[in-house]
Amino acid sequence: MSGFDKVVGSYEEAMDGLEDGMTIIAGGFGLCGIPENLIKEIKRRGTTGLTIASNNAGVDGKGLGVLLEDRQIKKMIASYVGENALFEAQMMSGELEVELTPQGTLAEKMRAGGAGIPAFYTATGYGTPVGEGKEVREFGGRHYILEESLRGDFSIAKAWKADRYGNLMFRKTARNFNPMAITAGKIAVVEVEEIVEVGQLDPDEIHLPGIYVNRLIQGTFAKDIEQRTVRSA
Amino acid sequence: MALTRDQLAQRVAQEFQDGYYVNLGIGIPTLAANYIPEGMQVMLQSENGLLGMGPFPLEHEVDADLVNAGKQTVTMVKGASLFNSADSFAMIRGGHVDLTVLGAFEVDCQGNIASYMIPGKLIKGMGGAMDLVAGAENIIVTMTHASKSGESKLLPQCTLPLTGKGCIKRVLTDLALLDIADGRFVLRERAPGVSVEEIASLTAGELFIPGDVPEMVF
Repeated sequence: MSGFDKVVGSYEEAMDGLEDGMTIIAGGFGLCGIPENLIKEIKRRGTTGLTIASNNAGVDGKGLGVLLEDRQIKKMIASYVGENALFEAQMMSGELEVELTPQGTLAEKMRAGGAGIPAFYTATGYGTPVGEGKEVREFGGRHYILEESLRGDFSIAKAWKADRYGNLMFRKTARNFNPMAITAGKIAVVEVEEIVEVGQLDPDEIHLPGIYVNRLIQGTFAKDIEQRTVRSA
Repeated sequence: MALTRDQLAQRVAQEFQDGYYVNLGIGIPTLAANYIPEGMQVMLQSENGLLGMGPFPLEHEVDADLVNAGKQTVTMVKGASLFNSADSFAMIRGGHVDLTVLGAFEVDCQGNIASYMIPGKLIKGMGGAMDLVAGAENIIVTMTHASKSGESKLLPQCTLPLTGKGCIKRVLTDLALLDIADGRFVLRERAPGVSVEEIASLTAGELFIPGDVPEMVF
């Protein structure tokens, strides 16, 4: 690695420094736009006691779901945990701690974390179990709760295209939480489908500048589909 | 007769207006997309980062990178745009979405809604529902009026953990269209062939019945 070149040679190198008990912020929505090879590398390393913030926990045997098999996750911060029997079993038995967080609040927690904003007020969750124990303030006659932002020791994400400096482009709805997740990690690791030479991406079309990215690797992706729905012609 | 799922969707679609940006929840709300009136422009928002959601793809159009909030493969209409989750919820929480339609387990006459968990039984999570109900001015809740065993889901007070507090003003059930105002349900329309008495008997929360309660027209 030299200068602004963020490209690393292997998945092992990409996740170097990951230790038991760390917090990881992960991009992806369901199985769409997930850093599938980085997740596999975490499984291979056998790191345990992890706290992971991600919208979902994958499904059985796919995505973050594979980290449940060896009980590597201690705590999950997510908005939706359906479609995952192992997750439900571990949550019900108390082995897995779960902090259910509204989807918009989760995205904003990551965004704020990456932007150096420690907390923010939102109407989302006021008067619900999510708001319990949180500071409430009134602005303009409406109630808002104080939500703290999120920072991770690592963030793992998937983008479509990058240049060697880590300037990123995402594709369609595979963008989802990925840009915010990247900004919220102390070490931001991104895997992409294609790495091009510097200067080949139009600066106007870069979705996330390379300043947020620490390590970059090109991978191949299974891109599993959770709900394949089609219409007939 | 209680409304079918498609009739519920049809009645929801009657609330659409030309130029509306609409977020449709999973299930019956999604079906409403099939009944957008001819000549009317409605843009569907999917909270995972798409404005301008189109129908399901043809087999050869399936793209793993293009899904809706229910993780189903979809397409985009002309004029669609794509964005990240924070921007998506800025639209929702900032009140830029004109109409939100979502399902629920229970609503009550204080405008509270419970839709995301049944303690000890079902924990799926709230997804974007808490943001949607807190951010939108114009919300329609679609649900069945009562459980299969005949217990009302329109209550004096929700019994399940809340998704939102005091945010629901309009409920469409398989039996009736109701508003929530001044701490009570107000009966606006009846499903065809359903009597005011039947609706009243299945509404546990306080119900105001105006002099004239028309049948829904499809």
